[in-house]
This record gives sequence, structure tokens and C-alpha cells, in this order.
Amino acid sequence: MATTTTVEQKTTEKVIGTRPIRHDGVDKVTGRAIYGADINLPKMLHVKILRSPHAHARIVSIDTKQALDIPGVKAVITGEDLPEPPSQMQNLGEGAANLRFLSDNAMARTKALYKGHAVAAVAATELYIAEEALSAIKVTWEILPAVLDTESAMAEGAPLVHDDLPQRPMEGDQAPPPNVARYFRFNIGDTQQAFEESDTVVEREFRTQMVHQGYIEPQTATALWKEDESLTIWCSSQGHFNVRDQTSNILQIPVSSIKVIPLEIGGGFGGKIGSTIYPVISLLSKKAGVPVKYSMTRAEVFEGTGPGSGTHMRVKIGAMKTGKITAVDVSLSYEAGAYPGSSVASGCQNMFSPYVIENAFIEGFDVIVNKPKTAAYRAPGTPQAAYAGESIIDEVAESIGMDPIDFRLLNVAEEDDSRVDGTKHRVIGAKETLEAIKNHPHYKSPLNGPNQGRGVAIGYWGNAGMTSSCSLIVNGDGTVNLVEGSVDIGGTRTAIAMHAAEVLGIPAEDIHPVVADTESVGMTSITAGSRTAFASGWAAYEAAQGVLKELIERAATVFETTPDQVVHEDGTFRSVSDNDKKLTFKELAGRLQRVGGPVIGQATITPRGVGTAFGADIVDVEVDPETGKVQVLRVTAAQDVGRAIHPSYVEGQIQGGVAQGIGWALNEEYVFNDEGVMQNPGFLDYRMPTSLDLPMIEAVLVEKRNPGHPYGARGVGEVPIVPVMASVANAVYRATGVRYQALPMSPGNIIAGLTQKDH
Amino acid sequence: MKPFEYVKPNTLAEAISALDAGGEDARALSGGTDLIVQMRAGRNVVGNVIDVKGVTETNVISHSKKDGLTIGSSVPCYRIYNDEGIKKTYAGLVDSVSIIGGTGIQGRASLGGNLCNAAPSGDGIQSLIILGAVANVEGPNGARQIATEDFCTAPGQNALNPGELLVSLSVPEPESNAGAHYLRFIPRNEMDIAVVGVGASVVLDAEKKSIVSARISLASVAPTPLFVEAAGDALKGTEIASDSVEKAAIFAQEAARPIDDMRGTADYRLHLVGVLTKRALKVAIERAENQ
Amino acid sequence: MAKLHVETTINGESTEILVDPQQSLLETLRDGLMLTGAKEGCNDGNCGACTVIMDGRTVNSCLVLGAEAQDADITTIEGLATPRGLHPLQQAFLENAALQCGICTPGFLISSKSLLDSNPNPSEEEVRFWLAGNLCRCTGYDKIVRAVLDAAKEMKAGN
Repeated sequence: MATTTTVEQKTTEKVIGTRPIRHDGVDKVTGRAIYGADINLPKMLHVKILRSPHAHARIVSIDTKQALDIPGVKAVITGEDLPEPPSQMQNLGEGAANLRFLSDNAMARTKALYKGHAVAAVAATELYIAEEALSAIKVTWEILPAVLDTESAMAEGAPLVHDDLPQRPMEGDQAPPPNVARYFRFNIGDTQQAFEESDTVVEREFRTQMVHQGYIEPQTATALWKEDESLTIWCSSQGHFNVRDQTSNILQIPVSSIKVIPLEIGGGFGGKIGSTIYPVISLLSKKAGVPVKYSMTRAEVFEGTGPGSGTHMRVKIGAMKTGKITAVDVSLSYEAGAYPGSSVASGCQNMFSPYVIENAFIEGFDVIVNKPKTAAYRAPGTPQAAYAGESIIDEVAESIGMDPIDFRLLNVAEEDDSRVDGTKHRVIGAKETLEAIKNHPHYKSPLNGPNQGRGVAIGYWGNAGMTSSCSLIVNGDGTVNLVEGSVDIGGTRTAIAMHAAEVLGIPAEDIHPVVADTESVGMTSITAGSRTAFASGWAAYEAAQGVLKELIERAATVFETTPDQVVHEDGTFRSVSDNDKKLTFKELAGRLQRVGGPVIGQATITPRGVGTAFGADIVDVEVDPETGKVQVLRVTAAQDVGRAIHPSYVEGQIQGGVAQGIGWALNEEYVFNDEGVMQNPGFLDYRMPTSLDLPMIEAVLVEKRNPGHPYGARGVGEVPIVPVMASVANAVYRATGVRYQALPMSPGNIIAGLTQKDH
Repeated sequence: MKPFEYVKPNTLAEAISALDAGGEDARALSGGTDLIVQMRAGRNVVGNVIDVKGVTETNVISHSKKDGLTIGSSVPCYRIYNDEGIKKTYAGLVDSVSIIGGTGIQGRASLGGNLCNAAPSGDGIQSLIILGAVANVEGPNGARQIATEDFCTAPGQNALNPGELLVSLSVPEPESNAGAHYLRFIPRNEMDIAVVGVGASVVLDAEKKSIVSARISLASVAPTPLFVEAAGDALKGTEIASDSVEKAAIFAQEAARPIDDMRGTADYRLHLVGVLTKRALKVAIERAENQ
Repeated sequence: MAKLHVETTINGESTEILVDPQQSLLETLRDGLMLTGAKEGCNDGNCGACTVIMDGRTVNSCLVLGAEAQDADITTIEGLATPRGLHPLQQAFLENAALQCGICTPGFLISSKSLLDSNPNPSEEEVRFWLAGNLCRCTGYDKIVRAVLDAAKEMKAGN
């Protein structure tokens, strides 16, 4: 069961905080909703992509002639067909990427940098013909030595993945190690002295493997390049404006010539923000003159899209006997994949943000390796760092004999405390979130057997604002059409509509929200950064305020008074001077035509006031000491959500984040062989949790309102994954006596740890 | 998927003649849950798919005390575990067919297909071996029987000659005081491939004190499912209260020849063979005691 | 290769289709009949997004050939609701917020229907076991399991 703890009781809203049925619900339970792959157009061709079988190899030559001769093959392209890109930074929201790298990742020109890197693409009348054509493309490869982990990539004399990687010097003009694309550093206080004065100092190394977001819908898109040089793309991405702008940049065509139509999206978690497929299919459509559709196979999803970074992390922490943390010294190395841009900076910033730490040295290396270019994955870069940070916090708390929650509470950050990157926390609920798990019956309940253990951890995520747009149209019968630009991955249409309904004093069901294409609504940033309900909801709020202002003026005309003499309460407009003069929202809507015509409202906002988020878990596990299998028995996940707009979908975000975290903790990993070939590119051996692997997940909603949002909302989507791996690791420690410092804690690794302990 | 010819014969004779005509290029299709995946991935190139589900003999389930159990090679898993008679008498077999894939897979996947696919990890194969099942095969040159422990010859390779069809499986009626169990170790709780699997069957004496005979078979520790005669022999004549189960586990470990792969290291697998052999035997003995 | 003529029953309607031998039932439904409710998530039987009921049993339609649909009786997500309204499972999924992105939802609903058809009063454990072949990456399964249990209760009360 889920519970809600409201920190500051001040609830007057009628719609916010209720649980209406989602507007797109019926379409999604009847199979009618149209997802990316559900589109079929006349004369549509099918696309297959030829991908590098090698992790690192020079393309000596590509011969596509034989493929083109196969009946049914209508177009073939290679990297040569993509325009030569200028070098420029392209803002991709959660992470920036160099345009040349983006273009190269779409299709290799001279070198393939990972197994799965696209090198050619075919459009044909049937899928099997396109498949046959791939085998008719002759590529001559010169295989190059590959670097497959951060340590070997950074070693002196390591093979270079990029011959011309722009490297900036580190502190003191020191040249960075090979294959390091970026170096980050936060340095506050005096760590050396603080360690010397500490009662206890612990230093550990942690490792995590590359993981995938694991959305169930493979990347898919359809493109039609028309004779007037205009381009239409149908896709299921995390942001169609981003698809449009990125495609415009790579293909060097005007933004206005591209229309992107968002279809329903089958999960993203960061993995469908940027994608390499749009320019490729657009060029195939241009060559073929008809629409083309491409859907990745599951193996291509694993090998040819952006996973989350594998990491190597060294953490040192000092504390006093009283429980006060004195200093941290951290070095994080994250796999960027084949091009720069891991989320290591976010790991550096966020790993100790729940705490007040006066002395900190935290550095991060963004390391190029011959693996797929990493992408955002739910709170990008932070769950890995939190796993290391919260594991070592747990160990320090134990070493001075303190309860792990009390230790955290003693060091917890509050409003105006500084983070390691120098920014000050605004109103935050870290303390309340920890108190919520401390006071939960779960924490006080006994464990029920040997080989069981209980772990806790807390996590932080900063959340994002970016830009959102929304239009409202009041219909004559009092219903309202809401047009917004945020792709809906988990019920956000309804959360956004609820903002407008609250302002207008009408039921959420009277609003009809649609996610519009790039030509039908103002620019709206990606659905990412836990921003959608927060920012697009806010845009709806602003648009509704505009509508309300106009409606009050119209009511004044009807009432034959001035707008300042009209009040709006609970969906009714009333004259202050004459109580008999009142109109419901519906009644007024019906009269609009006679008092000036239809009313519309619109807003485009780039909100400040983003509320940061904390989540804290209690996890119980049982470990089979003979097989090493870990079973999660019970989970309680508390989170400061600010104000839950639609509590069911907030709980859903928490439960889903916990489930992904458990998968990451216990079984999920990319397994590569020595040649850099992924051994488990499928759902059979990339083991995501099934319904039988998880217990019910209790979500505890802590509502410490965010003063930066009209209703106090904070982003809720990402932080729930952050503390999970550490909570599981801390629970496994208490069940086994072994601190596992590498993920996943898969059965074989558990047995290896137990065997080592016994020797 | 590469194009192929599809035919669905109605009689055994037609099926065999189609398989014979297709030769090396032909494959029989039952549930398709392995074959279709392999064809799609290009691991198995097939020109002629012979859907044998229309053949009456591949769809039978018959069970009698005298003749034991016969299961047609196309009978899907769910029909086996939904059969009350089989559940009662062949619990070891039901262990296997209940864990092959998820419910969707079990709606199609057949025990016969599991055997023909000859994966070292095949969950169904171990149960057939410990229950002493034989494969009833027909081909252009007539009928023959193959012991299930001899059926798989290499990963993905079986003892069938071109043109031959696995028609059914015969499982003898268990002796009195017999019990069997199959269990596998997987990292998840479902939808996974055995890192190691162990099947064990025992027959107890009339007093249910000592073991008259035993059979043990191992999954995922050799190029084929591995029948470990020595482990079963080690149990013969021993008392169930003794440490014979531990000894059998050691024999099983000695017979296992696991490799390192993404599903587990050789060391871990050897460790699991010991753990699972003991667990499987314990349940098999309990089942025999409760007969 | 010549196309095969297949006669089958889909959602209660007899249907004639031409299929390529190598075409899966999933492709036949989606591309041939425009019944796109069943989804492709993995194409190897490991995600359950393509689940349909065939002759009373759930199957992964990606692992069935279109040709094998001859004489079969198939129910897809498009056949779950009736003109009278949503199936209690569909209603329970909506009320329990048992879907987020929704891509796995058709498969879960079909699997759940076949569970309740054979076991109208399942325990939580039985629901979890039956649905283990359907992957969901958004919900952590909590609300899905609750929805199925609620629908079972609702259907029992309705009888």
C-alpha cells in the first residue's frame, strides 16, 4: 500500500492530489493507441541497418553495388551520404554533444568505434529483402585494438579511440590521460587536514557495469521526404522538437522544413532523447522517394543505442566518533562509450548532496571506450555514484556504532546548506524523507529468519525545468481542449490537464489533452529530467490563468459590470455587487460567442524554481548462502514529491524506479567478450526483473512543497532509482557479512564474495 | 526471416516423406519456440518447414499402468502439466514442463521439441533421462527407439537421421516407492536458462529405508545433457539416512565438465552441481517416501 | 515463395488472409490485418508484449507462424472489450493506474484474461507466476498485480 505524509498541511485544491482516470487510458487498454511501430503508409519501404561486427575497425572500403542490384532494394546509404558536419555544440538537454560526433554516431564514416555501430542502411519493399541486401554489402575492415574499460583506456600508451579528440588540460596544465574527453573537479575545504583529524577513515573501490534502460518498445521511426524538400517524421521519442532540431542540424536543412509527429512511446528512461536513426531514414526516404520505416531489433537496441555508463569509483570518507562526516575524497571514472559525454559530472555533483560536507575533493573522468555511446538513464550518472557513496556511508556509520538512519540524519542537508559544487539547497525534504523511513513500521519490524538483512540509503536528484508550451481552447459546451508538446510516457497528459482544471475550477475529465506535433504547439523540451508534470503542468497553469483572466472580462460584459467586480470560485463566475448574477463555467462558455468569440489561452515558460528531490529506501533481502541468489522481500520507498499532482502516477514512478534499481543491483549488466562483443543482447540474458522477482513496493509520498511551483510540485521520475542499489547492497551486507563493491550482485558474484570471506 | 516453404502434412507417412524429400534442408516444426527464434536469428537456415502438428501420433497423451506414459512429440507443455494423471505419477516431469519459458511459451513449446533442440540446458530433457524415457522415432527406413540419454549428440545436434521424425516419447510407469525431481538454478525466478539443472530419480526398498536404484542427469555442464550413471550407482543399496547423497553429489561434480560463459563461471557451476544434486535428491527421496 | 491462404477466426470473426510462409502471426496481425494492439518488444518470446490467445491458450505471437493460424481461434487485445463496454480487467487497469507507457499493457491484459479464465480466484503469487513472461519496465508490477486481483474480485461479484 502507498501512504502519503504531508509535511505542511495546506491543501485547498480540488483537482490537484486526486486520482482521475488518465485521458489516454481507454486507447491504451484497448490496443488502439498508436505507438511508433504501428504506423503503415502507402508504398512504405522497410529499413535494415548494417552494423559493425567489430568493436574498433577502420573501414577500408564499402561496396554496395550488389545490394542495389537485388530486386526490391530501393535505396542504400553509407556514411558518405551524410553531409560533412561543422563542429558545433548541440544542446541535447541532459548532456551536450558535439554535432560531428552525433553525425558520426549515426553512421560511421572512416572508423567503426563499437560493435553495433551503423555503417550502411538499406530500404527495400520487404524486410527480408532488406536483410538479404545487408549480406550483399561488402565491407573490408582493418581491425584495430579496442579499449573496453576505463582503466585500460586511461593507461599510458592505450590505443586511442579518436585520433583527434579535443582534450583540455587538467588542473595545473597537466595533460589528461589517454581517451579522457573531459575532466571535472570540485574542491572545497581542506580534505587532507580533515582526514588527519578524523576518528575513522574508510577507503573503498567500486565497479559497476554498463546497463540498459530496458524500455519495451524498440526505437522506431518512419520518414517521408517529399518532392518539395519537406520532411515528415513519425516517431516515438522523448522529445519531437529535439528530433526536429537534431535532424535539421545533421542534415543541414531548415527547421521549418521538418515536421515531427509524436506517436505514443513505449518507455524511454533517457534512452530515447537523442537518436541516431532519424537522419539515416530521412536520407533513405529522400533517395527512394517514398516513406520508409525502421524498427530496431532487440539486439540492435542493446548494441546500437545509448546505455548507461559502466564505472570505476574510488571513495574515501572520514568521520568523527560523534557521527559527523569530516571529509570525502572521490575519483569517478565513467565510460562515455565511443564518443564524449558520459554523465560523470552529475555523479560528482550529486553523490553527497544529501549531506553537509565541509571538506570535499571530487573529480570525474569522462572516458572514451569502444562501446556504444552512452545516453541518459533515469537520473543519469547518479545511481552509480550513490551506490558507492551510500555503501561507504553505511560502512562508516557501522564502524562508529551508529544506526544508519541516525548517522544520515546527523549529517543531513537542509535549506541554505551548500552542496559540494557550491550551490545552496533551497527548500528541501531530505530530513523529512529520512524521518519517514525511520518512523515507518517497516524499519521497526523484525526480520524473519537467518540469511536476511535490511539496508537503507538515500539519494538526491536535481530535476530540470527547461521549456514547455501549452494552448487551451474553451469549447462552447464548457469543455476545454489542451494542446501540449510533452511526449507522455507515464500519464503526464493527465497531470498537465489537472493543472488547468484546478485553475479553471472544472473537473479534469472536462479537459481533453493532446500531445501535438512540432507545427501545432510552441517549442517544448524533451520529456526528461523529471520535468514534464512540473514544467508542462506549469505551462498549462499559466495558459489557464490567461483563459481565466479573459473569462472574467467576458463575464463582466455579461454582468454589465467591470472585471474587478467579478470573482471566480469553484468554477463559478459571480458579480461582487449583485449576488444573483452568476454563471457556471459551462454557462459562460455557452455565451462566449455573443460576447467576443471563443477564448483561447497560451503560454510558453522556462521555469526557474525547480525543486530538487530526495528518495530514501528500506530494503529487506534474503540470500541463499548455497546458490548466492538474492531475493528482495520487502521495499519501502519514501520520497519528497513536493506535492503529488496525481498520486497514483507518482507512486508508479517510485515503484518503477525501485524495480529498475533492483534489476541493476542484482542481475543487469552488459557482458562483453575480450573483443568487445556483447554476449547477452536480449531479454533472456539481460535479466530485467519479472513480476515473480519483486515484492509489492510501498511508496511513501512525503509532501514538502516546492515554493517554486504554483502547487508545490517537484519532479518525481528519476530520484527513486538513485538509492536503490546501495540499499540492496547494504541489506545484502547485513545478510551475508560481505560488502559487495561491484555490481551486479548476481548469484555467481555473491558466492565468490562468500568464498573469499571464508578464506 | 529468410523465406522458406511451409507444409502441414496430415499423416505420419506424409510427414516422413516430406522430411525425407527435404533432406538436410527440412526441419520439423512443433511448438516453434526454439526453431522460429533460430531461423529468425539466422542460426538455423531451413528451406522446408514441415509442421507436424497435424499428425495424430504427435498429439497423443496416453497413460496406463501397463504401458506407462506416451506423449506425442508436439504436445505442448501446458497439456502435460494440466493432466491430473501425469501430475500424480510423473511429478518429476511436471517439474520440468512447468518452468520452460513463461505461460505463453508453455502454450506452444513441446517436450519433443525440447529434446530435438538438444540444448545442454534443456529442462525437459533431464526429466526424460532420469525417468528412463525412450524416443520413438520413425523414418523412411522404419521405426526405431533411442534412449533419451543418447538422443542429444552435441549442442543443437541430435541422433535423428535426415528424414526421421521424433513421433513420441515413452516414459515407463514408475516402480512402487519411486520419486523424482528436477530443479534448476536461474538468477531470476522465471524466464531464464538453467545455469545448472539437476534431475534425480530414486526407487526405495519396501521399507523405504534404502535406495534400490537412482538416476541423475545434469543440465548446462557439458556439451549435451549429461546422464551421470556413476552418481546413481553410488546411491544403490545405501540407506537414505546415510551420507550417500553427499557422495552422489561428489560423483556428479566429477562428471560435470562446465565452461565459463556469460551465465556463470565453470567454478560456480561446479559448486552449483553439488548444491543442486543434494537438493534434487532430497526432494526425490521425500516424494518416494510419500508414495 | 507463394503466399499461403489461411482461414482463421480472429476476435470471433472468420477471416481469410494471405501470408508469406516466413511471416509470424504477430506480423500477420499487425501488418496484414492492421491489428496493431499486439506489440513487438523482443521477437524471441522473452517479453510477452505480443501475447494473444490462440485456441484458449496464451501464446507469444512472434513465435507462431501466420500459417499456423489455419483453423485457429484467436483473441487479441482488440477483442477484449465488447460493445457493452470495457472488460473488467481493462477497467481495473485504468482505475489502478496499472499502466505507464502502456506498450506492455495489451500483453498483460491478454495474459491476465487467460489466467482469470482458468483460475478465477488467483493468489498474488499465482498472478506473479502467470505474468512472469510479460515484462514491464515502468510499473514495478505492483499496480498491475493489484489490478488483476481487483478484476478477479469484481468479476466474482458480478457473477
